[in-house]
Amino acid sequence: MKIALFGITRDIVGQPTLELPAPAPATVGALLDHLRANYPALGQLRSCAVAVNNEYAPADQALGPNDEIALIPPVAGG
Amino acid sequence: MTPHLSITDQPIDVAAALAAVQTEAAGAVNSFIGTVRNQSGGRRVRRLHYESYDSMALTQLGHVVAQAYAKWPMLEKVAVVHRKGTLALGDVAVVVAVATPHRAESFAACQFIIDTLKQVVTIWKREEYEDGTEWVAAHP
Repeated sequence: MKIALFGITRDIVGQPTLELPAPAPATVGALLDHLRANYPALGQLRSCAVAVNNEYAPADQALGPNDEIALIPPVAGG
Repeated sequence: MTPHLSITDQPIDVAAALAAVQTEAAGAVNSFIGTVRNQSGGRRVRRLHYESYDSMALTQLGHVVAQAYAKWPMLEKVAVVHRKGTLALGDVAVVVAVATPHRAESFAACQFIIDTLKQVVTIWKREEYEDGTEWVAAHP
């Protein structure tokens, strides 16, 4: 499973994408739990969402092998 | 009507964004122009860096504009252009332009689009100060 990182999440992890070995987390919630356990600084952000195929994804959403997955820290456009 | 939406690393042509929404069916064109300010939270800002997850940003921007069309069915045309990359003080960071038959809806729709954009569109801002940098809004 490959996860694209943006903004402060890229700084926290230290690279622009993260490759997770199998077995990959089955849901958005499991992925976030896994990442927060490995990178505690993610838990200190105001928010950290997961995007699946360019849409914000709820915690119970299942993750598939062909999904485009990204970590979305608090946005600040405008 | 297909909105004019883009994210660019080139300086924004404000006149072109306004021209993109002009139509004889609209009596009102309203715009919001966001520019780079020289201070933030009491700290002097030297410049800004915007990072964008382009494909998602355009998808979410499309949703925002679709919501605006649903709320204001009389909306004629919409243009949103957001800059990314490194910006100097005074540079234009974002332009929202809307055209409607009458002015009241143009103010409301323009404000809705910029306010909602700031909540959902996947663009991040890193401010550069005299003494360091910070991702805006990242921490509580």
